[in-house]
Amino acid sequence: MNPAKVLQKEEIAPGIFLMNLETPRVAAKAQAGQFFVLRVDDKGERIPLTIADFNRKEGQIVTVFQVVGRTTAKLADLKVGDELATLVGPLGKPTEISQFGFTVLIGGGVGVAALYPILREFKKAGNFTYTIQGARSKEFLIWEEKLLAYSDKLILTTDDGSKGRKGVVTDPLKEVLEKEKVDLVFAVGPSMMMKFVSEITREYGVKTVVSLNPIMVDATGMCGACRVEVGGKTYFGCVDGPDFDGHQVNWELLLARQRMYCDEEEIARKNNA
Amino acid sequence: MPKIKAQEQLPKERIHNFNEVSFGYTLEEGQKEAERCLQCKRAPCRQGCPVGIDIPAFIALIKETKFLEAAWKIKETNSLPAICGRVCPQEIQCEKFCTLRHKDEPVAIGRLERLVADLEIEKGFKIPEVRKKLKTPVAVVGSGPAGLTVAGDLARRGYPVVIFEALHQAGGVLVYGIPEFRLPKKIVQAEVSYLESLGVSIELNTVIGQTLSLDDLFKEGFKSIFLGLGAGAPVFMKIEGENLNGIYSANEFLTRVNLMRAYLFPEYDTPVKRGKRVAVIGGGNVALDAARTALRLGAEKVYLVYRRTEAEMPARQEEYEHAKEEGVEMLFLTLPVKFEGKDGWVEKMVCIKMELGEPDETGRRRPVPVPGSEFSLDVDQVIIAIGTRANPLLISRVPGLRLNERGYIKVNERGRTSKKGVFAGGDIVTGSATVISAMGMGKVAAQAIHDYLS
Repeated sequence: MNPAKVLQKEEIAPGIFLMNLETPRVAAKAQAGQFFVLRVDDKGERIPLTIADFNRKEGQIVTVFQVVGRTTAKLADLKVGDELATLVGPLGKPTEISQFGFTVLIGGGVGVAALYPILREFKKAGNFTYTIQGARSKEFLIWEEKLLAYSDKLILTTDDGSKGRKGVVTDPLKEVLEKEKVDLVFAVGPSMMMKFVSEITREYGVKTVVSLNPIMVDATGMCGACRVEVGGKTYFGCVDGPDFDGHQVNWELLLARQRMYCDEEEIARKNNA
Repeated sequence: MPKIKAQEQLPKERIHNFNEVSFGYTLEEGQKEAERCLQCKRAPCRQGCPVGIDIPAFIALIKETKFLEAAWKIKETNSLPAICGRVCPQEIQCEKFCTLRHKDEPVAIGRLERLVADLEIEKGFKIPEVRKKLKTPVAVVGSGPAGLTVAGDLARRGYPVVIFEALHQAGGVLVYGIPEFRLPKKIVQAEVSYLESLGVSIELNTVIGQTLSLDDLFKEGFKSIFLGLGAGAPVFMKIEGENLNGIYSANEFLTRVNLMRAYLFPEYDTPVKRGKRVAVIGGGNVALDAARTALRLGAEKVYLVYRRTEAEMPARQEEYEHAKEEGVEMLFLTLPVKFEGKDGWVEKMVCIKMELGEPDETGRRRPVPVPGSEFSLDVDQVIIAIGTRANPLLISRVPGLRLNERGYIKVNERGRTSKKGVFAGGDIVTGSATVISAMGMGKVAAQAIHDYLS
């Protein structure tokens, strides 16, 4: 069987939780850039979450999530020792790791957790890692020390200026693109952030990889809920991604499809209250 | 004398619930229907059964009111009779060959199968004695009709069998695809639990190709592997506007409603859009399932849009009749050409009328567009049910596994693939077909695996 036991739970920022899960088979195969799907209980929805770290020897994976809807709220209510109804993975293609040269890695909000294992692999592969982390304000800046450990340079931004630079991640991005010959940009975070990052890097002709997070159901290529358009062609985010060329992504479509169940989320919230 | 009718929920009632449409026979009705059987010596009906059920023998037992014995007789060759009795297209299989069809109607073999299978579920299964436990474990990938059949047949021969299933419930298309009103989930669960009582174990939430590779399975000690993956990947039309919100593949729509129980939202967490004006594209059983599901979710208007005519529809006759009774409007000789939307949501479907031309490679007359016949339909939900293709997730990653030109696994007539010890069957070999054809291939492959391991 595939156990999925909660070994540790910690609120690392307001509404943002870290969870350490025992799931040996998933941990054994996990690679940077991949995700897993969970269902909290028998009435639960299947949602994809990022594999933020893994320990193959101990058979554990780490995920970091923000409470946004019913499933993440239920997940945050679990206690150490509880079992998830479903944990399946690792899913999606691993991030392509190679010696690119000067790389800029951008993590927004809770996306920083997804960025961390990718950053670690980029660094190990011999890249210069220029990391930009953005959040609303200082209490939402997570895993700063972990990023620092693998970053040749780490820039922090907050919307309100409570820590690091006041502003958004695209400000320091523009500066580094002006100053350096950047070989690759990798961005993960809110779709709007990834869209703006891609628009800027396009002007500089710098290859940009983004990690998309469309709505999924089975996440094995069976349903097509996660359709994304890249370069005018339709792909399934779950099996063809999650990483795509940011310059080719149809961002309007992605943003619209992510809002598909807004009304139902509202119903679920009221039903919960 | 025609077939005895089985009682059904009235159309105007059943479109408001997900309960099963047909109540099936009562024991009295079944016994009466069994008396219609001529007990032909040659038993032509048997040649129409892909799993080789001794049809006259089980019907004779029903005639003698030995209902449970009849179920056991079926179970000698078919582990999933309550499923088959409901979803097999009997009109093109066993019942097609029934001698009575020349006089009036064939014997209702499917309904009789369902009757005794349901009775056995109610009374408790008789677990056949399994001979000595063998020491050659077999892995079955996928818990749909093909995989369940292989698992059942091998378990009965004494093999330790483990089924690996990617989803969180066993049954494959029987639980994610076929709706509750046609095949109740508790029936699938009961027949799966029968296999478990034969010693089959099922590992859910395990995606072979991601969680474990085929080589991992061999390393874990499995001596042979059966791939019953299904033809899981949905095909889209590749026309303008197809990714607008409100447009689903049938796989997604049905998975949300069936496997995830979205019809019970918000008691269950998974939502599904409830369209008011729904178009379902396609003419097969899946299209009808989607159309009838949309009605039950409260649609005011459901169109079934098919580019050929009623005569070419691959759907089961009974389900087509049910859909018509329920008010699904059929638009034949019609092909969608683009979707138009507003603020990201589908609003209109532009179609073109078709006419039938020369026969194509399937022998059916090829539909060709009538120039200038475009028209548009106002819709707020579209479900694409034009078929599936092989899901490449696992099979593209197995070195040495040969595929055919359409991307399905190449096998010999016994289900053997190009990779040593690996067998395959069901839709991943044939492309989209029926539950029973997958089961038939499973039976053949189980015998081949047994021969391979002996």
